[in-house]
Amino acid sequence: MTTTTTETSAAQQPGPLSPPRRPQPRGTASTRTKVLSHLALSTASLIALFPIGWLVYLSFGPDKDDYLHPGRILSKMSFSNYSFVMEHTQFFTWLGNTALVAGATCVIGVFIAATTGYAVSRMRFPGYKKLMWVLLVTQMFPVAVLIVPMYVILADLGLIDTYGALILVYCSTAVPYCAWMLKGYFDTIPYEIDEAGRVDGLSPFGTFWRLILPLARPGLAVAAFYTCLTAWGEYAFASTFMLDDGKYTLAVGLSSFVSEHDAQWNLMAATAVLIAIPVSLVFYLVQKHLVTGLTAGGTKG
Amino acid sequence: MTVAVDGAARKRRGPVERFRHSLQKHWYAYAMTAPVVVVLGVLVGYPLIQGIYLTLTDANSMNSARTIGVNHIAATYDFIGLHNYADILWGPTAWDRFWSHFIWTVVWTASCVVLHYVIGLCLALLLNQKLRGRTLYRMLLILPWAVPTFVTVFAWRIMLSDSGIVNSALGALHLPQPAWLEDTLFQRIAAILVNVWVGVPFMMVSLLGGLQSIPSELYEAAEMDGASAWQRFRNVTVPGLRSVSSTVVLLGIIWTFNQFNIIFLLFGNNAPDAQILVTWAYRLGFGQQPRDYAQSAAYGVLLLSVLIVFTTFYRRWLARNEQAIG
Repeated sequence: MTTTTTETSAAQQPGPLSPPRRPQPRGTASTRTKVLSHLALSTASLIALFPIGWLVYLSFGPDKDDYLHPGRILSKMSFSNYSFVMEHTQFFTWLGNTALVAGATCVIGVFIAATTGYAVSRMRFPGYKKLMWVLLVTQMFPVAVLIVPMYVILADLGLIDTYGALILVYCSTAVPYCAWMLKGYFDTIPYEIDEAGRVDGLSPFGTFWRLILPLARPGLAVAAFYTCLTAWGEYAFASTFMLDDGKYTLAVGLSSFVSEHDAQWNLMAATAVLIAIPVSLVFYLVQKHLVTGLTAGGTKG
Repeated sequence: MTVAVDGAARKRRGPVERFRHSLQKHWYAYAMTAPVVVVLGVLVGYPLIQGIYLTLTDANSMNSARTIGVNHIAATYDFIGLHNYADILWGPTAWDRFWSHFIWTVVWTASCVVLHYVIGLCLALLLNQKLRGRTLYRMLLILPWAVPTFVTVFAWRIMLSDSGIVNSALGALHLPQPAWLEDTLFQRIAAILVNVWVGVPFMMVSLLGGLQSIPSELYEAAEMDGASAWQRFRNVTVPGLRSVSSTVVLLGIIWTFNQFNIIFLLFGNNAPDAQILVTWAYRLGFGQQPRDYAQSAAYGVLLLSVLIVFTTFYRRWLARNEQAIG
């Protein structure tokens, strides 16, 4: 697929905050446009924020039925749901499991996605076009067709009920998109840098590791965020492959919680908030790279 | 003559030799892609082949190999050819089991992707202006993407439940209060609503990046020529976004078509009519007794073929369009 004008400029802009491209010279935007824009954006932000804010608010209501009478919560806010969840469930075990799985998926996934992306971006080996196509096709596999055979294979490998199983499975779901995106990002880094590295006697891998990776940090940050998120919130695989409740991830633990405690929504709300906090921190760290990182991947067909 | 012999000789040791040569020349590239290829081959390729084989049998949880306590029971399912596909596509009640879900899946995918794209583009255009506080807006608007799906879906479930905030608000405005999580039509609307809410940030960020990579000279030139705002949008922005758009729309369609989490977490197994094909296949394979592995896998293979056919046409259509323009 040939692209027209958009390919190269993404990497040259170091951050998402590079000078905005305004069709109009600065200052000529009418006040009315500005007011309308602010109005639209704040409405949209409110819609984006509201469900999460509401969940946080409900999580402070100490009683089971408080979500039906949100007005009452204000007068009796407490952290009792949080302390209950932390003391009476295996919350910290699940958190640890999830962090381990997500962390390992992130490190392994980003690394192999980056090597693949780099190879496809820089080296012309037979089948490199097919590889990209295969990566796209793997995005089309519905969970349902894979889950039983995957279970069989993981059982044969003795991986059922281990973290390794989940890490491998999450890598296989997150890596194709990451490799695609990183390939786009590497394409925007000039070839001259590779050549300079080779002249200075670096091996291809050395060039990749010491020159290209540091330059691709925004892309890597997005890939890391994406893999983390995939692993953190996944439910279907985690509930099928992990049998021992000491090895549950948060998603599975949370849903086992629903049935066990007969829909105590206040407790679930608190658990949900606790789960969201770590990912939101990761998000906060990478968010300034999101725009550049994602686009570079998007501009390449 | 000698040339011919030489050529024949070279041909004879062709594949092996060529493979060795290619390995020597490209081993670095192969080594770098090997981890992904191996992982995908073992965990996606092989299961896929096995899954396709399963669709040709009558496997379910009663006749598959399983271990109960210390007893291992061997698999006893039989090969039944294409019977599963025939049954799904035109067997009795095929309409209820497959076609109605298929149509709903198509409607779901189309409406979600269109809404994602339109809303995402509008927000991206708004954010691409020089506005005070746009960094803050951007951060808030990406938030739905940053929170794990099952947390946000849970929040929506509380909000959409019978006496949740959405219906309370509608009640306060004297509007009808539909049963979002029980009535089929409203289940579907609710599913689309939640998915749009979850999916817009990704579109917005991708398109925003695309907008930022359009050179400002193009806008200046257009303005010099007296182009109106709409003409600038039509003739500069739209072509400039073409490549980003074609990729994110394709990914969006694939992801939405297979969007398992939203519908599964929003309704669980309670809403037979709001299930798209993926969740329906999961329900056949895991949500009922006995678990029907074979049919579940057959649904999966059908889904996959629909997507592959679609993607092939989509890419061909894109290529033709690009030729027409370029």
